[in-house]
Amino acid sequence: MHIPDGYLGPQTYVPLFGASFVFLSVALRKLKKELATKHVPYLAMAAAFSFLIQMFNIPIPGGTTGHAVGAGIIALLLGPWTAVIAVSVVMIIQAVVFGDGGITAIGANCFNMAVAMPFVSYGVFKLINGSSRSQKRTSIAAFLSGYAGITVSALLTGIEFGIQPLLAQGADGRPLYAPYPLEIALPAMVIEHLLLFSIIEGAVTMLLLRYFLKNEADVVYALKVREA
Amino acid sequence: MTKSQRKLWTGLLIMALLTPLGIILPEIFNAGDAWGEWSTETLEKLVGYMPEGLQRLADLWKAPVTDYNFGGEGSSMTVQIMSYIASGLIGIAIIGLVIFLISRFTVKNGK
Repeated sequence: MHIPDGYLGPQTYVPLFGASFVFLSVALRKLKKELATKHVPYLAMAAAFSFLIQMFNIPIPGGTTGHAVGAGIIALLLGPWTAVIAVSVVMIIQAVVFGDGGITAIGANCFNMAVAMPFVSYGVFKLINGSSRSQKRTSIAAFLSGYAGITVSALLTGIEFGIQPLLAQGADGRPLYAPYPLEIALPAMVIEHLLLFSIIEGAVTMLLLRYFLKNEADVVYALKVREA
Repeated sequence: MTKSQRKLWTGLLIMALLTPLGIILPEIFNAGDAWGEWSTETLEKLVGYMPEGLQRLADLWKAPVTDYNFGGEGSSMTVQIMSYIASGLIGIAIIGLVIFLISRFTVKNGK
């Protein structure tokens, strides 16, 4: 899901840099207010986890590959704003050091995977789990939170690819950047996720949430009772 | 470091050692690039021409460890596997450093 350099024109990547910058700035300001020294290792572990899980490319036999992102479980454990920071750090390092995702597309990739995904995951979890204490319901909510988060992320990526032919054509009328139109790019991105990669993300989110609820329930942000 | 944190770091280390599965499985199942992440050569083959703007931006940045592979294109699977594990560990190290720097600037003393 990492958009490389050249696939997006400036009409797309510049505004997405702006959007991601705003979210990251707000996230850093919130972190400044709330982060305590004892939380720093968790932030580092969360980012390391997201980086590593993205290295596990999952094949569709004879087709493409994809991977989980881990932004959903990070949002549930540390809160969506902290997830914005953890996953953005990963996106920037991937692009700069490993050429995974383009330099010009850092804003877009951050927006899709480090901004949209944690908030969608967190929102879906809250919506489905409510204030329930049932373990079964919490597990289902966690699965769907990861599933929905990465699917929305893929949807946004598909839209960004797909609008390129509409936004910029050369003198010969051919697309200047990503060449596939929405009716190809959108289903290509969304369907492979709905059928495989999002299921993996959902399973990872659910299993890790269960682990933390069992072993370290006090770090789970999404289930904290907020005292007025 | 608390006991449970040591356990989590161990888990991450094991993950790093297992990352080569992420290149071996796609090889076994004959799966190619992720959708939309083709190299310029592959894209040109797919659509039959090279979009001008894409060509202009594509090589803007030369990453030090392109595709988590120190051996470059066409290197043996062994080199790729070693590079992949090393990349995972380097990634964790850089992430640790960046998060440490961020926390230096954000965490207030005594909190």
